[in-house]
Amino acid sequence: MSDLDIQKLSMRFDLPGGGSVQALKDVTLTLKEGELLSVLGPSGCGKTTLLNIVAGFLAPTEGTITLGGKKVTGPSAERGMVFQQGALFEWMDVRDNVSFGPRMRGQKPSQYRDEVNHLLDVVGLGDFKEKAIYELSGGMQQRVALARCLANHPDVILMDEPLGALDALTREKMQGLVLKLWKETGKTIILITHSVEEALLLGERLLVMAPRPGRIHKEYRLPFAETGVTQDLRQVKKTAEFGAVREEILGMIWDMEEEIMGRQEGA
Amino acid sequence: MELITSLAGELRTVLGTVLSAAPFIIGYVLLILGTLAVWKVIRQFLQPRRDYSALKTVTFGDESAVTSNTVASVISIALIFVLWGAFTGSKLLPGFLHVPGAFTGEGSFTYTAQGPDGSTDEATVMVRVFPAGSEADAPEAALGEGFAKDDGLAVQAYRSELLRFDDNDEFTRDDGASVVAIDGRPVEAGGPGVDVGFATVNVTGRGTLNITPDTGWQMEPIWLPAPEAVWSQLVKISSDGFRNSTLAEHLGYSLFRVIVGFLLGAIVGIPLGYAMGLSDWFRGWFDPIVEFMRPVPPLALIPLVILWAGIGEVGKIILLFLAALWIMAIAARSGVSGVRISKVHAAYSLGASKWQIMRHVIIPNSLPDIFTGARVAMGVCWGTVVAAELVAAEKGAGMMIMVASKFQSTDIVIMGIILIGVVGFSIDMLMRWAERILVPWKGRG
Ligand SMILES: Nc1ncnc2c1ncn2[C@@H]1O[C@H](COP(=O)(O)OP(=O)(O)OP(=O)(O)O)[C@@H](O)[C@H]1O
Ligand SMILES: [Mg+2]
Repeated sequence: MSDLDIQKLSMRFDLPGGGSVQALKDVTLTLKEGELLSVLGPSGCGKTTLLNIVAGFLAPTEGTITLGGKKVTGPSAERGMVFQQGALFEWMDVRDNVSFGPRMRGQKPSQYRDEVNHLLDVVGLGDFKEKAIYELSGGMQQRVALARCLANHPDVILMDEPLGALDALTREKMQGLVLKLWKETGKTIILITHSVEEALLLGERLLVMAPRPGRIHKEYRLPFAETGVTQDLRQVKKTAEFGAVREEILGMIWDMEEEIMGRQEGA
Repeated sequence: MELITSLAGELRTVLGTVLSAAPFIIGYVLLILGTLAVWKVIRQFLQPRRDYSALKTVTFGDESAVTSNTVASVISIALIFVLWGAFTGSKLLPGFLHVPGAFTGEGSFTYTAQGPDGSTDEATVMVRVFPAGSEADAPEAALGEGFAKDDGLAVQAYRSELLRFDDNDEFTRDDGASVVAIDGRPVEAGGPGVDVGFATVNVTGRGTLNITPDTGWQMEPIWLPAPEAVWSQLVKISSDGFRNSTLAEHLGYSLFRVIVGFLLGAIVGIPLGYAMGLSDWFRGWFDPIVEFMRPVPPLALIPLVILWAGIGEVGKIILLFLAALWIMAIAARSGVSGVRISKVHAAYSLGASKWQIMRHVIIPNSLPDIFTGARVAMGVCWGTVVAAELVAAEKGAGMMIMVASKFQSTDIVIMGIILIGVVGFSIDMLMRWAERILVPWKGRG
């Protein structure tokens, strides 16, 4: 059982000019193996900070994270990350990017070749294996990033706005792909997004965070990801249920943003 | 205060020179615009249909659409050679394109001498003007009648010659004879000269005649030799050599110094830059040194290097090593610091070790910056080696033109400058080509 357990996580950044920012306060959360959690919240509420701590890039000021009972102390191959953009290695072609993890573990080409080819076929880049990264479009690059992460067999996949830089149409296709891969591989996924629709469509669970200090505001359990696996995502979006939850969450985030603005004007 | 006054004086001189050049610059610009107009007319005949770029709605402001016009480049280069040929009387150019040259051939004028008794007599001077590089005897002159006798004189083009007209006269200057008129026009000693058609003749303060043949508009070969003279020097020096070394040896030595100096600079500078990029201790240690040494022009180190290491190869290579070292160190440092943190994070979360991140992320990520640095360093090294050879060297491109200039062999100087330019340009092209092949992702991250 590789459950992800986040206990009483707090993060304070000390600013160089004195003073500090409380980016996270007392975040507690347990994610079962194979769950897909999407995280929403106004800008600056600590979403990226949370993900960076889970990935092991940042050490929290308080609290612990365990994955399958093992304490997280730094980055490791069991927690893969898909960045928004610019994290591919331009000096390698598509295939070398995807096989990076296995190669670093010392595997021979015969050991990973078939799987890498398969993954590239799955993400629709079968014909682009030898292409250079800078020859690909933004959406294709994100598919490479996804395949690179999957080729490394992480227990948890962390995604920080992986589709944020894509156009609406490509984004929709990629959402379908993420759902499909999630269902096929059964990975635990944390997905940060700014799009309420995306969070609803993909998240089995949804976390809405509030800022200052960054904390969990409300949690939802959603049925749409399950239906989305079999149905057309556009149809899912049109259902009344989907619309109702979307309005509720939009209103919630809107109120939070207004409060921030009000506080800033008052100060 | 004194400094400011003298600098202001210098500035006036410089501005005066610029102003005197202004008509030529304006003329050149007008010529460019003129060829542009002609080209537009010609193009309309060649391509009546408008090309795609002419369909743009924005015709000004889209600088990214400006590319180099090959026709303009060809005309520009051709014009340089035509002007060069026209002002040097090049044989490669049809004669009607030459600007008027210096007078050569024969001419004559008369002078009127006044004897001590106040009587005057006229005599003719035959002048033969011969081009530089040849020799000629003075023309034979019939003595003529009267007390002033005819003279003959040979003058080299672009030179002037004194004529002691009285050498063969019956009255000499010591007797009180003097010239009072040239070609019938009155002159006085030390006064302005008289134009006699092919030359200017004036009477010096001591009473002799000074004959200066017209120089025309062309440049004397000692200032600017014709293109074919430069070419024939190239042919001659590449087969016979210059100063005990062949042309290939001169260029080869210069290139050898640049390559060895640059490679040593890169071998030390790149690891130094990496250390500075990876460790704050190394960065703190070397930042003051590197930041101070970088703005010191390598040329300023020449005297010190000569004092320490003499004028041999070691000294030059030390100089070039220093020229390349700081550039390469800074390039490698910025290549390391410029790595996107998300790439490093991605590699860590894919299971890479520190050493693997160094090998597979940081080093390849720094290559574009290192190549940019290498291109700059090679350019600086090439400039520095030529300058160092100007100061002191036994062999080398810079030494060749410096020695040639001491012997006023302008053709060798110009040939050397052109070769130095060609080599420098080739080095840059080679580096660009290597960059395209080796770091094709440069600037496309
Ligand atoms: N390295 C840091 N040093 C200081 N403060 C930081 C640092 N990283 C983040 N913060 C602060 O922590 C808070 C949370 O930042 P974080 O990047 O996690 O927000 P976010 O929710 O991801 O925002 P966005 O939606 O805009 O990406 C912000 O107030 C930010 O200013
Ligand atoms: Mg005489």
